[in-house]
Amino acid sequence: MIPAPFDYVAAESAAHAIELLSQHGDDAKVLAGGHSLLPMMKLRLAAPEVLIDIARVADLAGISVDGDELVIGATTRHADLASSELVRADAPLLAHAASLVGDPQIRHRGTIGGSLAHADPAADLPMALVALGGSVELTSAGGTRLVAADDFFAGFFETALEPGELLTAVRVPRRPGVAWGYQKFVRRANDWAIVGAAAIDGRIALANMGSVPVRARAAEQALADGASAADAARLAADGTSPGEDIHADRAFRQHLARVLTRRALEHIS
Amino acid sequence: MSILGTRVLRTEDPRFLTTGGVYTEDLTDEALDGACHVFFVRSPIAHARIGRVDLSAALAAPGVIAAFSGADLADLPAIEPMMAGMLNAKMTRRLLAIDKVRFVGDPVAVVVTEDPYQGEDAVELVDVDYDPLPAVVDFDDALSNETILFEDAGTNVVVEFGNAGSLKPELFDGCEVVVSHTFGNQRVAPAPMESRAAAAVWGEDGRLTTWIPNQGAQSARDDLAKMLDVEASQVRVITPDVGGAFGAKFGADPEHAVVAWVARQLGRPARWTETRFENLISMTHGRGQRHTIMIGGSRDGDVLGYRLEIIQDGGAYPRIGAVLPFLTIMMATGPYSIPNAEAIGTSVVTTTTPIGAYRGAGRPEATAALERALDLFAAEIGMDPADVRRRNLLPPFTEPHQTAFGALYDSGDYAAALDKALEAAGYADLRAEQASRRASGGTVQMGIGVSCYVEITGGGDESGAPQENATVEVHPDGTATILTGTSPHGQGHSTAWAMIASEELGIPVENFTVRWGDTDLIPVGGGTGGSRSLQQGGAAVQQASKELIELARERAAAALEASAADLQFDPGRSAFAVAGDPDASVRLADLAKDERLFVHSIFTAPGATFPFGTHVAVAEVDTETGKAVLRRVITVDDAGLVLNPLLAEGQRHGGIAQGAAQALLEEVVYDADGNPLTASFADYPIVSATELPSFELASMETPTSYNPLGVKGIGEAGTIGATPAVQSAIIDAVAHLGVRHVEMPTTPMRVWRALVEASAQGTDSESA
Ligand SMILES: Cc1cc2nc3c(=O)[nH]c(=O)nc-3n(C[C@H](O)[C@H](O)[C@H](O)COP(=O)(O)OP(=O)(O)OC[C@H]3O[C@@H](n4cnc5c(N)ncnc54)[C@H](O)[C@@H]3O)c2cc1C
Repeated sequence: MIPAPFDYVAAESAAHAIELLSQHGDDAKVLAGGHSLLPMMKLRLAAPEVLIDIARVADLAGISVDGDELVIGATTRHADLASSELVRADAPLLAHAASLVGDPQIRHRGTIGGSLAHADPAADLPMALVALGGSVELTSAGGTRLVAADDFFAGFFETALEPGELLTAVRVPRRPGVAWGYQKFVRRANDWAIVGAAAIDGRIALANMGSVPVRARAAEQALADGASAADAARLAADGTSPGEDIHADRAFRQHLARVLTRRALEHIS
Repeated sequence: MSILGTRVLRTEDPRFLTTGGVYTEDLTDEALDGACHVFFVRSPIAHARIGRVDLSAALAAPGVIAAFSGADLADLPAIEPMMAGMLNAKMTRRLLAIDKVRFVGDPVAVVVTEDPYQGEDAVELVDVDYDPLPAVVDFDDALSNETILFEDAGTNVVVEFGNAGSLKPELFDGCEVVVSHTFGNQRVAPAPMESRAAAAVWGEDGRLTTWIPNQGAQSARDDLAKMLDVEASQVRVITPDVGGAFGAKFGADPEHAVVAWVARQLGRPARWTETRFENLISMTHGRGQRHTIMIGGSRDGDVLGYRLEIIQDGGAYPRIGAVLPFLTIMMATGPYSIPNAEAIGTSVVTTTTPIGAYRGAGRPEATAALERALDLFAAEIGMDPADVRRRNLLPPFTEPHQTAFGALYDSGDYAAALDKALEAAGYADLRAEQASRRASGGTVQMGIGVSCYVEITGGGDESGAPQENATVEVHPDGTATILTGTSPHGQGHSTAWAMIASEELGIPVENFTVRWGDTDLIPVGGGTGGSRSLQQGGAAVQQASKELIELARERAAAALEASAADLQFDPGRSAFAVAGDPDASVRLADLAKDERLFVHSIFTAPGATFPFGTHVAVAEVDTETGKAVLRRVITVDDAGLVLNPLLAEGQRHGGIAQGAAQALLEEVVYDADGNPLTASFADYPIVSATELPSFELASMETPTSYNPLGVKGIGEAGTIGATPAVQSAIIDAVAHLGVRHVEMPTTPMRVWRALVEASAQGTDSESA
């Protein structure tokens, strides 16, 4: 399991990484924690010619408060997210999601930016960000734009990132003390979700129920109209078209989405 | 006090835990200096005719020294299946496929490079024309013979053990209740931590020296000689540390022979280590049977008739898997007394990875089928499954018991094992808890599974009675060396063999060096498999040690100018002394000063031994999601006397984990076109500590008379007992909701679907 040959450059700053990105164009890929990219390269599903390593770029890491939002640097590791006092107080759903990613080794390598940019619909952090109604900062030579989580995920492993753009930070609304629910259905402790459900403040996001982390809009609407958790959850799979694999077919995924959504909502009430 | 039966710490572990093992890939032997690296081009298609194989682009790639396809090896003989007299001898294999590929992973060519990483780039440049043929994945497709893998054979059937025409229609006459069912015993991957590897070099003398992770250097040598068409004496196999094998590293595979062939062809040492992807698609898989059972008896619980019909998936080329129904049939009625029983089996080839031996090989399948059948019978008559078992177990026996299927059980007390396990589990309390949880109607329900087994260990090979040899030598400095024909790969023979010899010779365990796995040093040996090692290899060490004392006694008599009969050996001092005159003594080590002091001995057992036991599993099932969680596993595994409880428990732990994994998680899956869907550890869910409870092991030791140590095999008990117990516990957790069966692995989707179907049937019958 050895990747195809590639060149490697360590970026010194975010600006340097962006400059390298525009210089190498489509041939380059950003390397953060490497825990999604390197397996893909070893399986030869990806064969970038140049890797631009951002893992040690200081100005891309760190967690801070900006008004009513938390700002999380792109290279913040899952383990740091899970243990951060700030995140645990202001966005506990996100800290909890990060604590469930893979196993300790993976949590100490993988980054929030990498997880979001990789855009696996089964992953934890994309679902969490959609549930939280967060957004991402995408920076290129031309400047920085802010994209809402709902608009960021474009398809299976596809995002709104344009060539030459770097995901520099993640913004999450601060909601200290607001109840939330998080359900990840797995067979083994370190697996990806077969289906996941995250709920907070009337928003419900689902993992692995389509090509992107999706909102359970019918259930959200029912909640807004005053339905009980159980009644709203019955609508959780409406409008979804999940894929099929060795773990679950479409009907089972939809069933799980309803059960997990109910459990996530019941956790709140 | 005897050292036998005590918890001596593994002498192997300090090295593994400090400097680490030396696996084949780690070897730095200077004979391997300048080695080239072999990488296999494997078929991406399950079944196809091979057209042109174009190696030219690969040959031009960086670092490529050579590339070969099947045509280059065409003068080597086609490999016949083992036991070609029994199996269809027309189902032959080439080291590299020539006319056809028959599974995804079938090797068609190799590229040889200077550095190991260059091979993976270069194989992408090999251009093979494949003319696809229909895949044969399903048992029924194989049996229909619509698409035939080996045209010369004219059939996909490798071997039949009995046939449907021989089944007796009257088998179930007089039964008040008869239940039948068809279910699978799914294909699983052995998945050792260390994948397959080889390093090979030919000497000036025309002899091959090759390092291969294996379970018996001698059988690996013989397989290689056959594949390379050379004399066995021209081949030396050396076994480095082996990182797990589970049956799949017995003998040698075509890849090992190709690496040796490349080394000879290029006049240069050659090395190979497969990737995990290659390991999951081309190392032999295990299990892969389909069972149709019929069981009948009286309403008060007597089982009167049992029929087992087996279809065995042999994979693309018949290996030992194709023979396994033989063992499954032999163990068909397990520990029970069933007046009328019959079992037949058919092995077929399919366009999938060949099936070999996997921990238990043939016996877990027998137990799984029988225990499932008993549960179905118990459910039908509404009787507690443990009671049904107790009622039908054979009574205790100390004289060998002959079964209708040709097995000769050496000794057993099956009901005692059942009672002990139920007591350790707190069975009555568990049933009470289950009843109250059922009554409360909670989402998470609890189930209890009980499985009784007897299995066969240490059977002989085709050539007859089980045998093993050992050499024990005492050195003048007080150390000793043991050469064994067995081949440990995790079992702890260095510790165990030293304990046995230490008991006889009075030399401390840490003074022993145990050696195995070099065919020049130890030309004869049966290796390690079928849980044979202690009962034969260990017994040989004991026999050689005792004989060494007798040899030394003669020398001591001469040295002390006493009569041999007057000498006593004192293990406490490792010395002979004249009876009544303890000062007139000579140390054993001193008797090795003038002349080497060693004995080579062959131990022959009267036959195989039959360990037995009972496993109880407790599982919780989330009735909404179908997810099962294993809460407890309690086992009684009686493998005769226990030499070292630490080692025996290790064998039980590992086996239970793998057995539970088959029930809960693991399955090799192919799509209808024969593409493997579980070719990485992201998709093939090996079990990990988080899915397992701590195991509760109760002890029971019924000696066997078949060897002086009184021991039977323990290596496979776990997979044999645990799989049905865990499957049964999961089904039991939802039995009150109308579920009678869930296929393995009991995935959430399968459990959920069974619940949905049971509830629909319940509704139907209510409305009817
Ligand atoms: C065994 C295993 C189990 C796992 N289990 C889970 C799980 O349970 N749940 C889960 O959610 N995830 C799981 N993961 C994935 C893990 O969370 C990864 O760490 C994460 O998906 C990717 O983060 P990374 O920093 O490693 O990204 P990398 O692998 O370095 O990069 C991933 C992709 O994102 C791009 N990228 C990275 N950073 C940026 C950036 N700042 N701007 C633009 N593009 C960028 C890269 O170019 C690449 O295309 C698992 C991984 C493994 C290996």
